[in-house]
Formats: sequence, C-alpha cells, structure tokens
Amino acid sequence: MRAAVIVFPGSNCDRDAASALAQVTGQAPLMVWHQSNELPAVDLVVLPGGFAYGDYLRPGAMAARSVIMREVCKHAEAGGLVAGICNGFQVLSEVGLLPGVLMRNAGLKFVCKPVALQVERIDTPFTSQYSQKSPITIPVAHHDGNFYASQDELTRLEDQGQVVFRYVDNPNGSANNIAGIVNQANNVLGMMPHPERAMGTTGDGGDGVLFFKSLLGGFR
Amino acid sequence: MVADHGLSPAEYAKLCEQLGREPNLNELGICSVMWSEHCSYKSSRIHLSKFPTTGPRVICGPGENAGVIDIDDGDAAIFKMESHNHPSFIEPYQGAATGVGGIMRDVFTMGARPVALLNALRFGAPEHEKTRSLVSGVVAGIGGYGNCVGVPTVGGEMNFDPGYNGNILVNAMCVGIAKADQIFYSAAKGVGNSILYVGARTGRDGIHGATMASAEFSDDQEAKRPTVQVGDPFTEKRLIEACLELMATGNIIAIQDMGAAGLTSSSIEMADKGGVGIEIDLDKVPLREANMTPYEMMLSESQERMLIVLKPGTETSSRQIFTKWELDVAVIGQTTDTGRLVLSHKDEVVCDLPIAPLSDLAPQYDRPWRETEPAPVLDMSTLPLRDPIDALARLMCAPDMASKRWVWEQYDRHVMGDTLAASASGSDAAIVRIHGSNKALAMTSDCTPRYVKANPYVGGKQAVAESWRNLIASGAEPIAITNCLNFGNPERPEIMGQFVRAVEGMAEACTALDYPVVSGNVSLYNETNGAAIPPTPTVGGVGLIRDLSLPTGFGTAVEGDLLYLVGHTSGWLGSSLYAREIEGITGHEPPPVDLELEHNNGKFVQSAIGASLVRAVHDVSDGGLAAAAADMAMASGKGMALEGSDILPAHAWYFGEDQGRYLLMVSANNLTRLQDMARNDDISLSYVGEVIGDDIALGSSRMKLSELRKQWEQWLPALMEN
Repeated sequence: MRAAVIVFPGSNCDRDAASALAQVTGQAPLMVWHQSNELPAVDLVVLPGGFAYGDYLRPGAMAARSVIMREVCKHAEAGGLVAGICNGFQVLSEVGLLPGVLMRNAGLKFVCKPVALQVERIDTPFTSQYSQKSPITIPVAHHDGNFYASQDELTRLEDQGQVVFRYVDNPNGSANNIAGIVNQANNVLGMMPHPERAMGTTGDGGDGVLFFKSLLGGFR
Repeated sequence: MVADHGLSPAEYAKLCEQLGREPNLNELGICSVMWSEHCSYKSSRIHLSKFPTTGPRVICGPGENAGVIDIDDGDAAIFKMESHNHPSFIEPYQGAATGVGGIMRDVFTMGARPVALLNALRFGAPEHEKTRSLVSGVVAGIGGYGNCVGVPTVGGEMNFDPGYNGNILVNAMCVGIAKADQIFYSAAKGVGNSILYVGARTGRDGIHGATMASAEFSDDQEAKRPTVQVGDPFTEKRLIEACLELMATGNIIAIQDMGAAGLTSSSIEMADKGGVGIEIDLDKVPLREANMTPYEMMLSESQERMLIVLKPGTETSSRQIFTKWELDVAVIGQTTDTGRLVLSHKDEVVCDLPIAPLSDLAPQYDRPWRETEPAPVLDMSTLPLRDPIDALARLMCAPDMASKRWVWEQYDRHVMGDTLAASASGSDAAIVRIHGSNKALAMTSDCTPRYVKANPYVGGKQAVAESWRNLIASGAEPIAITNCLNFGNPERPEIMGQFVRAVEGMAEACTALDYPVVSGNVSLYNETNGAAIPPTPTVGGVGLIRDLSLPTGFGTAVEGDLLYLVGHTSGWLGSSLYAREIEGITGHEPPPVDLELEHNNGKFVQSAIGASLVRAVHDVSDGGLAAAAADMAMASGKGMALEGSDILPAHAWYFGEDQGRYLLMVSANNLTRLQDMARNDDISLSYVGEVIGDDIALGSSRMKLSELRKQWEQWLPALMEN
C-alpha cells in the first residue's frame, strides 16, 4: 500500500502517523508539504493531528483552503482513501468532504485520555479487521472534538450507517456520541481519537494497530 | 528616572564611571535590564558556584541556554527549568504559556528537538479567592502552548499552601534530544558576520518584563499586566522546525533565543561570550507596530524570536528556510571587532556601550544573611492515636496528595508517540523513549517546601535526594539536575539565609550522589507586601533507562506478592504531611537526610531492578509508608495490606517521612535472592505487607480501595467545578 501523510506547518502528529504506517506496512509513507500542488499517486492520504495553521480561527478552516487540499479532494472524488485523524477530521469537515462540524468540547477544556469506542461498522476499508463485539480503547487529545450536525443531517448519517466509531462514555459532548464517520462512498473517514497512539509500543494499548491493518488489508 | 529603571544610586554611579559619561535613555534601559536580578543573578551568583557542575556525563554545564548530558550512542539530552512566576500571577494563561515557550526555546536553541515538558506549580490556599482562577488559567496556558507545539507534557508537581497566596510559582522544564556532536552554542565569533533575526515580529509587549520579575509585588500589581508577554505556539512550532532545519545545514556560528530582555540580552550575551562587538541597524528589525522607538525595540520581550550569527555567504540559503516556514527573517547587523554594542536608528547612533562592563562587571553582591532559627523536634508521643485508615483517607484527599487528573487530562501527554509513563501512570518519574531505540529518559521535578522552610539546609538536601530516589525507583540511572530556586526578597537577611543554606544543602547532596547541576534559574523577590513565599528550590532531575525490558514504576501488582521496605523507619513526623493535615501542626524539624544511606539504599534498589528481582518499586515520601502503599494500590488496581509495628505507634510507623526509603513489591520466588543481596550489601530490608484483593488495610483497620479512589479523585474537580 502506498500512503501519503500531509504536513501542514502546525501538524504535530505527522511523524506519529508515519511511524504507525511504517510499523504496519513495512514502508515509510511519503510526506507531502501543504504548499505542494500535486499529490503523488497513492492509495491512502492521511491528514494528521495537530494545529494545521495554528487554528486560532476555527480548527481546520485555513487548512481547508490550502493548495494541497484541492489535490486531496480530487483524490477523494476519484475514490482514493482519505483518513483524517483529530485535526485531520476537522480539516475534512471544513473542506466539505465530511458533514458536520467539530465545535469546542462541551467541558470547554482540552481533553487527553484513553476512551472506549464502539466500532459500528466493520465493512469499511478503515475497520475491516475490528470486531463489533467489544469496545476498543484509543486515546483522544483535542480541544474541539464536539461533533455537531443538524437533526436532519444526523438522521441521514445514522440511516445511511455513516457512523463508524461511537464513544462509550462521551468525552466532549458530541451528538449521538459520534467519534468517527465516513462519507457515503465509504472512502473518506474522519475520527477524533488517535489510532496512531495505540500501536502497542507505549503502554497505551494496541487497539490502533487493527485500524492500519484494515487499511493494508484492501491492498495486499 | 534611574529609580524607575530599578537601578540603585550606587549601581548608576558605577555605570556612569564605566561609561565616562551619563547614559542616554536607550543605554539606561539596556543597562537596567542587564543588571536586573533576573538577568545578572547579582545576589545569587557567588552562592551558585557551590554547586558541582561537572561529571563524566556532563557535556555542557551552567552558563549556556541549557545543560547538556551524554546519554550514550552519540545521543545527548538537553534540559533546563525556568520560572515564570511573576507574569503567571498577573496574567495566568499567557504567563504560564510563555513560560513553556521560553523554556522550549532554551532547549532547541542548543540543537535539541524538545521531547518532554514538566511543570512544578505552587498555588495559594485552595479556598483563597484567587486560587481557582489562577489554577484554571495556568493549566489552560500550559496546555494551550505545549499541546499546540506538539511536545508532550509528561509530569510535574502541584502544591497548595497559603504562603503562595500572593505569589504563585510556575516552574516549567523542557527536555530535548540532540546528537552529542551537533550541539549549538551562543558565542558569536568572527568579524563582519551577519546577524540574522528570525521568528515573530517585535511588538510593544513585555517591555521591562525582566525588571518586573526582579521586584516585589504590592497592591498595584494588576497595573503590571502590560509587561506580560503574549505567546504564539504556532509560531514556536514553525520556529523549532525551521531552526532544526537550519542547524542541519551547517550555516550557524552561534544562536541564541531572545528571552528575558529580548534583543538586548541576546545580542550582548552572544557578543560577550565570543569577545566581539555587535552593530545593529534597528531600522531592519521586523516590527509588529509602527513608530516603535529604539528603547522599545531593545526592551521588548515579544516571544518566539531568535538571533543567529551566520557563516559568511550563507545568508540566502538560510533565509529560504525561514521563508518556507513563513517566518519573518532579516539580517539586522553584523559582528565587529570593537567590543561595543552600537545601535543605529534612522541614520543616528542611538546607543554605544562597551559590552564587557555590562555583563562581566555587572554588580555582584554578597548579601548579608542570617541562619533560619532551629525548628523544634516533634515528639511523636505527644500526638493522639487515631484510626490509621481514616487518617490515610484524609491524607490522600489533602490538596497536595489528591489526584491531579483534572490538571493532566488537559495536557497532551502522548504526542510524539514515545511517552511510556506520564502523570496517569504508576511511576515516580515520567518516562519518554528515545525515538526508535530501546532506551528512555526518566524525568522528575521535586521539592518539599515545608521541609525547606523549617530547615533550608536539610530541605535543600532532601529535594535533591528525593529527585535522585524517584529516578532510581523508576529504573533509571540518575545523571544530572537542573533547578529553579524560588525565594523571597534577598535584601532581607532571613530570606538570603534560606537561599544560602538551601543551596549548600543541595550542593552537598549533588556531590554525595554524583548528581551534578547542569543548568538552572533563580527567581527572587517572590513577595507581596513583605510576605515571602515558602522557600522553594525546585529540582528537575534527568536519568537514563538503558534497557526498557527491565521493570519500571509501580503500575503492576500480583495478588500474593510481598511488600518489602528498604531503609530504616524511625517514625519521623516533624514537618510531615500527617502532622500538617491531620494534626494541624507545622514548622518542626524535617526528617534528617543521611546521604551515605541514601546512596547505598539507592544503589541496592538499582541492582535489584537490574537483576529483575522486583515487580514494582515506589519511593516513600509525602505521607510515608501508608501513602506509598496507597499509591501502588491505586496505580495497579490491587489492594495492599500493611502490617503494624511492634515498636512504633501506628501514626509514626505508617505516616513517618524518614528519608532514603523505597517500597518494593516482590514475588515469593525472588525473595531469597533479594534478601541475600540485601545482607551482602548491608541494607535494611524488612517485610511490611502484601498485595491482597480489593481492600487497603493498615493492620486491622481497612477500607475498600474503590472507596479510597473515589475520594482521592473527587477533591480537585470539586474545587474547580463547584
């Protein structure tokens, strides 16, 4: 599997995402600078966590208008896989590849802790290795992860089965306990928790490994 | 005018004598910050020389931006701790945030990528009217900066004491990793080399911050808010990446961050260290606001700025890197052979000062000092007998002991992917792996101000000993410390006495434990309306874990494991947490620190970990044996039962704070080997209890672990969210 990690000047989980991809695929991903106006031919694009342009405005709002995001959108429209983690999810919702917005956490504080997630879909390219039987544990670390969408939009998301991960114990006030969603075509995913921080190498558990293995599964 | 600049009449006279004339306003401003306590260490320097600063692993000791130690395989760790007390009290969010930003710059200036942040925080009484807003602002500020830059905040301390009501302490520590042969220093060299200004633009914020931090507070401190700087972590993040990229090119002769006293101290320090002069054209300084005067430009403490001396001919390639990261960059001057700082503005020379007198001949005082009155020894037999489990529950919910989850859940502890132990983990030190290796750094910050207040000399020794012990307990080889010495007004002999004796105690412990000081910071004048803070010499310790497969910390337990205590227990309750929290008595002689015993016990524990004879190790400190067992129980989720003593009363046995002790968890099949080892090393090792089901038990008195945990977790959220 060929993967690219987009690097914005304020990305800070780009190296972590690259390490996780390398651990699972055995191959270092390409690191693509935000000002680049072309995306190399890859199967997967990862938008990593961080504070893309400082995020003093709405998180992801400026990144959504960056040069590279035009290419990422083309890649998504052509059916390529895109995974946005944390800040990456915020960027995907700002650029319109995913519905909803991520507002300030209900507690108004940054929250960093492991959370239990129910995997709602195991038939997506991002989750095929998971089981729905028992929740997984993945850390969150964000200030703006409170997923919001209109009631109509939420109903549509639920009806079409676009909710992929749901918090067992909601840490941020997200509507319907939503932690991660996919688009209707199932090729673009956004999630607030950080699977790249649960790779079995730091004592934070290894439940993130199956996320990356799922991605690999489709390209073996 | 002179008094407004914080210079004494004698200091001003000395300045005029050295110049041979009266300084102009710009020169007066520059001299006043350079000679401020904050920049010149004029009251503390002669005592700081008592610290041991060398050792086989020391690459660079005090005097540079941060200390550098050798951590094998061509790697180096670079670290420092610094105070941001005064600004954090006036404007808690920005004060704390810029404290974090400043200490990171000290570390990456030397070529390191920052990999860990720690914070030692001291607040006033929980019920004091300002405490909650200060806690909430400081914690949000620390998180807001570190989380955005993407460096994990992995550890620290948090105490409450009415003595900090008028002056909180915010001490931030940063640890970074570099290659040992690629360390960058601040000495400017050569003549005619370009001086590059990079990073944020210069604005009118923080003018005279260093002078503010060198004076006491009175009731008008709110008016000092404009002297607090404003932080921009996004710029810091880009500055780190750009500087590390530039460092890899070999273009740099010298580099220095603009910290306290901004452009003034950075340019003067670089020139002074390299024995050269510096010429700056102030018209070239990138400005945030129009019409700034030379005085404002030189004294601004705008954040996220660096000064770099470049090798000739590298200007263009250097500029490109900063342009890529969308940072301001400008050549603002050059090195000269005049030994003078010459500033021009609109074609006029607005400052012409000889550099050497400013730093070398800065005032230095041997201030008069008085020994602290000896504290009485507490007679434990005068204390009433109480139900020990009830006392333990109260102790674990006391402000200094209660869970700080509310704080550390606001910090990103895991970014960079190498955090092995942080605040949530059962470990006496934070542990961060060196990326891509099987070794790690262990880091801790320690001080017990109530001991230092009762006996500065013993308290100074204890702060160093506890730091060393925490690193040993987490499986590390302790290597070196940084420190942050927070005291009141040094012009008062009793305060100066606290400082002198605490430094002497620390120096003695550092020497005895082969634990040198490689960097540090002094924060004096922590007083409001004449009331000083408890003396607080915070120690930031760093150690190396060579093999991550060996046991570290105390997060695991197996039912039936045995608990063994290393070290002797006399039941010392003077200045203990038990005495203060349960009996309401303070100010007695703190527990003595026997450095030879400390050393031997530590070496024994180190060998036991090395031989994989122990499952878990925890240092015994605040709250004594019972609190140590409770910590282990809470971290592992397993109950602990401690036996009583035949000799000591229950409160002395369970809660005494005798030093040099460790609580070990041992499986029965390793016991004989451990005991043999203790016998051979002449170490006191005694059975004290075992790992049981769901209860925490002290003799025959017990409670559910789940109930203790509930109470322990409740205190801080109840304070903050009530």
